[in-house]
Formats: sequence, structure tokens, C-alpha cells
Amino acid sequence: MQFPLTEEHRLIQETARNFADNEIAPVADRHNREGSFPLELVKRLGELGFMGMLVPEQYGGTGLGNLPLVVALEEVNRVDASTGVTMSVQNSLVCAPIVHFANETLKQKYLPKLASGAFLGAYALSEPGSGSDAAGLVSSAVKDGDSYVLNGTKNFITTGAEADIVVAMVRTDPNHKTRGITAFILEKGWKGFSVGKKEEKLGLRSSSTVQLVFEDLRVPAANIVGELGLGFKIAMHTLDGGRIGIAAQAVGIAQACLDASVKYAEEREAFNQPIGRFQAVQFKLANMATKLEAARLLVYNAARLKDEGQPHGKEAAMAKLFASEMSNEAAREAVQIHGGAGYLEDFPVERYFRDARITEIYEGTSEIQRIVIARHLLKGLR
Amino acid sequence: MKIVVLVKSVPDTESKIKIAADGVSIDPAGVKFVMNPYDEFAVEEGLRIKERLKDDTTVVAVSMGPERGVEVLRTALAMGADDAIHVSDPAFEGGDAQANARVLAAVIKPLAADLILGGKQAIDFDAAQTCPAIAEYLEIPQALIVTELKLSDDKKTATARRRVEGGDELVELSLPALVTCEKGLNEPRYASLPGIMKAKKKEIKKVGLADSGLTAEQVGAAGSKSKVVKFHNLPERPAVKMIPGDAATQAKELVRLLREEAKVL
Ligand SMILES: Cc1cc2nc3c(=O)[nH]c(=O)nc-3n(C[C@H](O)[C@H](O)[C@H](O)COP(=O)(O)OP(=O)(O)OC[C@H]3O[C@@H](n4cnc5c(N)ncnc54)[C@H](O)[C@@H]3O)c2cc1C
Repeated sequence: MQFPLTEEHRLIQETARNFADNEIAPVADRHNREGSFPLELVKRLGELGFMGMLVPEQYGGTGLGNLPLVVALEEVNRVDASTGVTMSVQNSLVCAPIVHFANETLKQKYLPKLASGAFLGAYALSEPGSGSDAAGLVSSAVKDGDSYVLNGTKNFITTGAEADIVVAMVRTDPNHKTRGITAFILEKGWKGFSVGKKEEKLGLRSSSTVQLVFEDLRVPAANIVGELGLGFKIAMHTLDGGRIGIAAQAVGIAQACLDASVKYAEEREAFNQPIGRFQAVQFKLANMATKLEAARLLVYNAARLKDEGQPHGKEAAMAKLFASEMSNEAAREAVQIHGGAGYLEDFPVERYFRDARITEIYEGTSEIQRIVIARHLLKGLR
Repeated sequence: MKIVVLVKSVPDTESKIKIAADGVSIDPAGVKFVMNPYDEFAVEEGLRIKERLKDDTTVVAVSMGPERGVEVLRTALAMGADDAIHVSDPAFEGGDAQANARVLAAVIKPLAADLILGGKQAIDFDAAQTCPAIAEYLEIPQALIVTELKLSDDKKTATARRRVEGGDELVELSLPALVTCEKGLNEPRYASLPGIMKAKKKEIKKVGLADSGLTAEQVGAAGSKSKVVKFHNLPERPAVKMIPGDAATQAKELVRLLREEAKVL
């Protein structure tokens, strides 16, 4: 923690670390093995204020900002990436767009409940036919009096099974690819809203990933976030922030890999000495620690830029790209340092290895991050 | 009521402790310092009493020691303490438990506390002397290593439960009194983010030698009747010998080793 973090950041980190170590870590393996969502822990994170870090105080949050958020996210993800993504989605993908784009009525209605964790939220952009090409979405909303009637399917929606509300991007105009998309807030109990298939996954096994199905789902026009046709802009702006959170997740997983590897390298003996005495192992640890530190600084910097209201799209993409690839390398090396034990469920690195993989995929694959970064560089080619 | 909670900054139990070059102190480099775990019970108990009473009760956290004491005070404030006092002065350095208790008693006395809560011991030096000595200097009753604490309705007495050999002892104390807290008393809360934000805005009062009303001869090394002359590392754990074979062979070999090598039989 060398970056100029303040006393306040240190306290936030301490609380997040203690909660992660004492409350989440002891049950994380069980939840991941059973594929059960740790609802009670998520609610407690909400009570402590960890779900409303981007929500201003007047709406029941703390408004602490992105730098404290990534500091806390790293700690939670260090012990459990499933709980970590739930927290990241709630803060960055659900609360943040409402704070930035929704009108006063919607803010008053939804933010206090989201900030306290009383409500859980989900962000629904991807569809069966569109992921990286997010603007290719086809779910539709047709105006009917004071409301819109929604039809379509959303795919891979994190916390979708538990969510009380969903921020969903839906097509309101088939004639404009990007400007024909609108963001709506949907509530779970509404007729025509249903939770479809729950996906079985390689990792993040105690986070739920589900399909959401809209069948003649009637949504009041008042539940439009921002304005008609602003949905794609909102979605992209939101992901710029969310990516910093996923980058922090990658850093947290990598830190866990390093911690476990250092411990194992000091304890495990081969050829009559701790394996940490072999230079091959030492170099792996040194590389892991160095790249981890570099990634953390990229994450902190992107978060700082966002908090200062400066352009941060490129930096967020860089942080996510570098941190997620670093994290997978760290997880691979951690398994290697553990030898056969690293391949077993009995050691935590087996889970880290599976969990790290998603960070290169969601909220924009590594390929998409490179495209984003290159676009920022090649402005002359527009 | 006024409740004083005593908190100390100590090395985290997971930190690797190195003896400093002078041989009589701990090298703080690379050590993570945290609130003494038993002091967390004290803070929590103070806050719970305040919350139960729902009156104008205040909880004041007091820490003595170097600058890092400010961090544990900030943690106590973030948990919900109302005020914080940092007792620090170059003259206080090198004090033994008795000298430190003299200082703390002098600082606490004008606060007119009804209840003083501390940890049963600090996990750095494990002396468990400072709190009882404070009670002695203040001439108030004390109950140590307490696992349950109840205030009377008139707030004039407290009943403390202590684990003693073979059972529990209930002690009634007239207030003001000092109580040291043991694991089991309560489950300390986590500092919430709103709590942390509130703590940021609170001032930590500094108190030094001049404010204590004591003289330089009464405090720190000069005011101590005992001093640490040397720290020793624990001897390195000798190599473990694994005895192979089936149970009968193992037992036989173990007896032989206990007799011939360990010479305990
Ligand atoms: C566990 C999990 C949780 C998720 N949570 C959510 C959520 O909460 N909300 C949500 O909306 N979505 C969510 N997603 C969806 C996720 O964001 C998408 O899976 C991701 O954006 C990739 O889209 P895709 O799966 O359609 O892959 P595709 O877009 O089909 O990509 C397939 C491959 O092609 C590459 N590719 C695509 N286009 C290009 C290009 N132009 N140039 C080069 N390469 C390209 C990709 O990088 C990838 O390697 C989640 C996914 C998972 C697995």
C-alpha cells in the first residue's frame, strides 16, 4: 500500500481486510463448492456500507469514490472473487449509472435501498447474440401509453437470480444501432420478468450467472434511466468504471496467489530444502510480486482519475487488460509452485486459478480492451 | 456516564517480530501494528453500554505511546467512540507498566470517568499490569479478565463475571471502577464506512507531560523501577524426527528414543 492512500483509505482497507479474513474466507470454499450464493455475507457488506461507496450521502451511501472502492474490492476478492464480483457489480454497474444518469425520483426511490444492500441489483447488457458487440442487442421495448412493453433475453447476468432490480439496456429504435438503445430499471416481481437458466461455471461458482427473460414485461416510462436513446452511452460510461473494479478483482486474486505461494515455498520441502530456496521458484515469486504491484498502481491510478473527473476510459481499459492477464499468469505460476497439490481442491490456488480466468472475459474481453486502448491512441484514423 | 476505553497499538499477531539493534526493543520496520485484540472487546463493551443506555453517555478512547497510537484511536473512533486522546511525549519513553499507569491515571483522573475499560493484557509484552496499576493510582475498585459485565439500573454499581479455577466468580463493584476485558465478553464490531467517515472529522486530542501534571522524574525511564535489560529470541525449533514403521515398531522406537536420546524416561 505505497500509493498515497490516506488514513481514511487505510481504515477502509483494514475493515475490508478484517471482514474478508474473518467472515468471508472461512465459508468461501464451502459456498464455491456448493455453488450457493452467500446472501447473508452480502447483506452484511451492505450494512457496513460497502455497497454504496459511489452513492452520495444524501441517497444513503458514503460517496467515498472509486479509489477507496478498489482498495476494498481488492481485499474482498483476495478471499473470494464470487463475493467480490457481487460487490463490484452493485457499486459500479448498478448504483453508478443511477447516480450519474437517473432523475431525482429514481435516485430517491432506488439508491438508498441499493446502498444499504437491502436491494441487490444486476446490470443486463449481454444477450445470447451479443456480447462484445454490445450494440448488437435485439431485446425490444415498444411504447404503449405511459409505459414500454419489453421482450427479449439477457444472457450471463451476474446476481440476476437474487437481484431486486435490474438496469437493463433494451432496443427502443431498430433504426439506430447505438442511439436506439435505452436503459430501464426493472423490478423483480413485475409480471413478464423471469429468471431463466442458471449457468454452471468454471469459476465464480458462488456468484449467480443467469439468463433473464422478458415476456411482454410492462415498464413505466418513468423508469427510463436518463433519456430515451441514451442507453448505449450509459452502458459504455458505466463499463469504464466497472472495469476498474474488475481490475481490482484481478489484483485481489493475484495477491491471494502470491500469499499462498510464498507460504507454500517456505513450508514445502524437496531435495532436503524448502522449495523457496530454489532460484526457479524465487524468480517466479519475484515476477509475480513485481507485476502485481504494477497492476495495482494502474488500478489505483485509473480510480484516481475517475474520482477527479478526468478522462479515464483508456486508463481503465489498460488497468483491466494488464491486471487480468497478470492475474492469470500469477494463478498459473501459483499452481506450478504448488506442484500436484496446486491441482487439488484442498489447496486454495485451485480456486484462484479457476476464478482468475473470468477477469479476461467479462466487462470487455482482453481483445476489446486492446481495441479501446488503440482507439484512444489512433484518434487520427477516425 | 463517561466511559474511558484504553487502547494500545501492538504488532499484529501474524507479524514476524525482530529484536532491534539495541537488544531491548522491537524493530518496528515492516511490522504491521493493530489495536490490541483485547482492547477491541473494551471498545465494543463501552459502545454497547452507551447504546443500551441511550442517554448522554460518552465513550472516550485513550492511547499512550508513539505516533502510531493515532491509528488505533482512529479505529476506535470509527467503531463509534465519541472522543480520543493520544498520550504521547518523549519524556514518557522507556517507562515500565507502573510509570505508564501513573501517566494514564493522571490523564484519566480529570475526565471523571464512571467506568474504565481495558484489555486483559496487551499482546506485545503480556505484562497485564498497566490497567490494575491505573485502578490503584485512581484508588478505585477493579475486576480483571472479565467475560460479562452488567450495570445496575441506578448506574452506581457493576457486576462482573470472571472465570476462575473450576467455575465463575461474580464480583460487584461500586462505580467508578476499572474492568479489563477477556475474549467472550462480546463480539467486536467492524468499523462501518459511515463510521470511518465520521471518525475522519473528529479531532484527536494530544496530551503530553505538561498536561499530565507530573514531573519528568515520575514518568518514562526516569520514573520506572524496572527496566528491560535484554530480549532473547526463542531457540530455533529443533528438527522433527519422524519414526517410520507400523504402530508396534513406532512405539518401541519412541520408547527407546525417549530413554536414550531425550533421557526423559
Ligand atoms: C460469469 C459471467 C458473468 C457475466 N456477467 C454479466 C453481467 O452481469 N451483465 C452483462 O451484461 N454481461 C455479463 N457477462 C457477459 C460478458 O460481458 C460477455 O461474455 C463478454 O462481454 C464477451 O461477450 P461474448 O461472450 O458474447 O463473447 P463474443 O463477443 O462472442 O466474443 C468471442 C471471442 O471473440 C472475440 N472478439 C469479439 N469481437 C471481436 C473484435 N471486434 N475483435 C477481436 N476479437 C473479438 C472476443 O474477444 C472473444 O475472444 C458475464 C459473463 C460471464 C461469463
